[in-house]
Amino acid sequence: MGARAGLVSFDLNAIGAMSCNPAIGGLGKGHLVREVDALDGVIGRAADAGAIHYRMLNRSKGSAVWGPRVQADRVLFKAEVQRIVRGQANLSLIQGEAAALTLSGGRVSGLELADGTTFEAPRVILCTGTFLGGTLFRGEERFEGGRIGENSAQRLAQQLRSADLPMARLKTGTPPRIDGRTIDWTALPEQASDDESWTMSAMTKARVNPQVFCAITRTTEVSHEAIRANLHRSPLFSGAIDAAGPRYCPSIEDKIHRFGDRDGHQVFLEPEGLTTHLVYPNGISTSLPVDVQHDMVRAMPGLAKAEIVEPGYAVEYDHIDPRALTPDLQVRAIPGLHCAGQINGTTGYEEAAAQGLIAGLHAAADETGKSAPALDRANSYIAVMIDDLTLQGVSEPYRMLTSRAEYRLRLRANNASTRLTGLGIEAGCIGDDRKTWFESREEAREDLQAMFEIKLHAKALADAGLNVRRDGGEKPVAEWLRHDGIELDDLAPWLDRDMSEHAELAEEMAEDAAYAPYLARQEAELRDLRASEGLRLPADFPFNEVPGLSSEMIERLSSARPPTLAAAGRVPGVTPAALSALLVYARRWQTAA
Amino acid sequence: MSDTIFAISSGAPPAAIGVIRVSGVEAYSALRSLTGREFKPRRASLATLCDAKGLPLDEALILWFPGPKTATGEDLAELHCHGGRAVLQAVFQALAAMPGLRPAEAGEFTRRAFANGRIDLAEAEGLSDLLSAETELQRAAAMQMAGGSFSRQVETWRSTVLRLSAQVEAALDFSDEDDVSDLPEQFKQDLADFTRELEGWLLRPRAEKLGEGFRVVLAGPPNSGKSTLFNALVESEAAITSEIAGTTRDVIERNVAISNVPFSFVDTAGLRLDSEDTIERMGIDRAQGELAKADLVLWLGQEGGGPANAWEISARMDASDYMPKGEARFELSARTGEGVSALKHALVELARQALPKPGEAALNARQHAVLSEAKQALGRATKEADFLLCAEELRQARAAFDRLIGRATTEDMLDALFGRFCIGK
Repeated sequence: MGARAGLVSFDLNAIGAMSCNPAIGGLGKGHLVREVDALDGVIGRAADAGAIHYRMLNRSKGSAVWGPRVQADRVLFKAEVQRIVRGQANLSLIQGEAAALTLSGGRVSGLELADGTTFEAPRVILCTGTFLGGTLFRGEERFEGGRIGENSAQRLAQQLRSADLPMARLKTGTPPRIDGRTIDWTALPEQASDDESWTMSAMTKARVNPQVFCAITRTTEVSHEAIRANLHRSPLFSGAIDAAGPRYCPSIEDKIHRFGDRDGHQVFLEPEGLTTHLVYPNGISTSLPVDVQHDMVRAMPGLAKAEIVEPGYAVEYDHIDPRALTPDLQVRAIPGLHCAGQINGTTGYEEAAAQGLIAGLHAAADETGKSAPALDRANSYIAVMIDDLTLQGVSEPYRMLTSRAEYRLRLRANNASTRLTGLGIEAGCIGDDRKTWFESREEAREDLQAMFEIKLHAKALADAGLNVRRDGGEKPVAEWLRHDGIELDDLAPWLDRDMSEHAELAEEMAEDAAYAPYLARQEAELRDLRASEGLRLPADFPFNEVPGLSSEMIERLSSARPPTLAAAGRVPGVTPAALSALLVYARRWQTAA
Repeated sequence: MSDTIFAISSGAPPAAIGVIRVSGVEAYSALRSLTGREFKPRRASLATLCDAKGLPLDEALILWFPGPKTATGEDLAELHCHGGRAVLQAVFQALAAMPGLRPAEAGEFTRRAFANGRIDLAEAEGLSDLLSAETELQRAAAMQMAGGSFSRQVETWRSTVLRLSAQVEAALDFSDEDDVSDLPEQFKQDLADFTRELEGWLLRPRAEKLGEGFRVVLAGPPNSGKSTLFNALVESEAAITSEIAGTTRDVIERNVAISNVPFSFVDTAGLRLDSEDTIERMGIDRAQGELAKADLVLWLGQEGGGPANAWEISARMDASDYMPKGEARFELSARTGEGVSALKHALVELARQALPKPGEAALNARQHAVLSEAKQALGRATKEADFLLCAEELRQARAAFDRLIGRATTEDMLDALFGRFCIGK
């Protein structure tokens, strides 16, 4: 986009290191990866470069809730991130501890490193992960840091806390890493990588790495006994950590405590890479003391002789209440300062990548006089997430879920390019390769469109053994695709067209055709949404002056600061009566201004 | 919301008293200018109203309600004046002359109440019906809406659909966890029960019926006694003044309340189905149209010659050549009135069945349409095997409930709604 940027990190060689689970994507998260990729972000390409296991979650359900997920080799993933970052034009890599923001006239004016070096910059984006005031907990042990063996940013945390920003603490955790050579794989059921050819990034031509399998084991009553007997030694229960962790990814001690009646919890044993023996036991994140972790692990099938290489731990870190941010992820109180990732109260990787993209796009667009792509809840999960964060705030690390997106049928992981790449090209954030690819794809679309209009007789389909009524008459391909059990492949004999080059596009268009009646029913709702998105509530909108709003409503609206009337409707607890009061007042206020 | 508005809030003068309402920031200063004195909140006080030159206009009872806990959510004053036209006109002019005050537009008081969060959409709709209610039945139904009991019902439905949605969403978003597998057995059953509950609501008599009245059409050949019976039915009863715009007046229509039940009686042109005359033919077509719209047809012609389900009436008991129908439901004399009250009694009984029951919330056309959408979405969800599409149908149902109580409000809808109110309500 033409902006010059610097990337400051404790350790440049750690850029691209995966802190937790070496997996990218999943339900909802896979959508984010595809969307970031559609806007030419890095995460999808790096995931493919590192992928050693592909799995399409929810495959048995409708395609809008499929969740592409890969397990990545940590080394390969990081190498690809490093390669892309180091090859990025206009980006300088700077090693050092970002210690303090420099401010001037209430705005951000630059950054000071711990060694005293200063940089001038009209925009600073904080992506602190779990490093801001990070503390690690393991049983009775405490370490300062954002990841095991690394520093944490304490000075910056101090500055932000004293800047009167709404800061709070969240926690997350990681399981012990196991030496794969000590696992009895033969005793355990395997889960193979799926044998399809899909990839995370639209720009990846084919899967590159050998694929490995995972194994599935379970915690046992003996594991649970070990945990129960030592709950008081877990910092989560001893009171040492009072920050909220993710409900969607609870620690094993939490699971035992909350679902005491369960006799076991599923655990996936995921290899961390092709060149390492480390195995990540997904499902037993913990901060129990090392000896308890040991007993718990050894009580599981296939793990009787397992050796723990690196014990699990919990990390507690600072985050900002994201309601203090505007939709471009800028801190309302400190113009020029953006925040992205776990600092905004989300979980990591996918959510973080999407926020980094948004903060970066807006910062660059503002400084270069361009416009960032117009994202909203009807065109992207990214916008759903940003909207949720900035309006509703968080009470636990925010994790993307498909149920958060009301226009889910439109927002499929496999149509992200169609939805977003065009917008990205307009905004100037798409590289030449993807642009060329996208343009040729759009040409193919026109051609394929004609195919969907070809009319076919019911009789012909029935004769060929398809489950349709013979007297169903003549209908275009698009309509036949709405019938239960008719897929594009079934109709191929009549279409006389080689779709192999654009198979994924043809599949996407076939899904559009199948969902068309549902999408049509949403049109009126979308018109309403866009109309009330059109009624802006500017930054200085006086919620406290709106007649008839109770003090509770004023409090809710003032802390979330919804930018539009539609957004106000999504602030939790705001009543219909309050909305209409807002509508009337906002219209007058707009006319008066 | 800067203007202070005022209007005569009681019925059209002349009347014993005329109430003028003033709402807005200038309400209190308007009171002071008119009376030259101070008022305590929520106390009735007698005061002399004077114009700008100090000339007395009227002795009035003044009520002063400081906002925001008032009907409109603003400062509100009520002036209970004597109800003569000239008196009210004079006070009206004195108010209009004050800076910042202007006469209210149609529905503006209620609109402010809504805008200030004093009432929600369903309550506002109920209030609109309440204010135009002319019979006890209409009033009772409107009270149900205005009192918010329908809004509470919709909230209950909304949480029911949310609970059902949560089950589908869990199956969609957490299917990889072994804790969550398929939908519980009970799910489809709950969904079907819920759909049936809404069906029951949709089958209930509609609110419009209360406004329009139970429609009884008198039909039969010329000189069969229709007009005489028509007059006998409507004459001694309380006329309902509201007229329905746009209906053709080839037929004569009267709205009356019998035993507090609203009726609309229609006298059609004589039906001669063999007519060759074009103009008469057109009149007959209209009469046929009336028969189709009727809730009940009283058939005064030859037995069996009327529409299905019509009541066979022999209306000429007093005639010398009287020949009762074999299966007449009522024999009467429209001229002498004999037997008419028995007919009226039967009509009231029938109409009570067809009109909303007292104390039961009745849906208006808009609410009925939106609730049908919700029911249809739920019906489709019940049949849908694909969880994803089932979830989408449930979401559509939820969106419909939101529209019912104004959670997803559009400006057009608000304008349409508030245009229905009379000035000063």
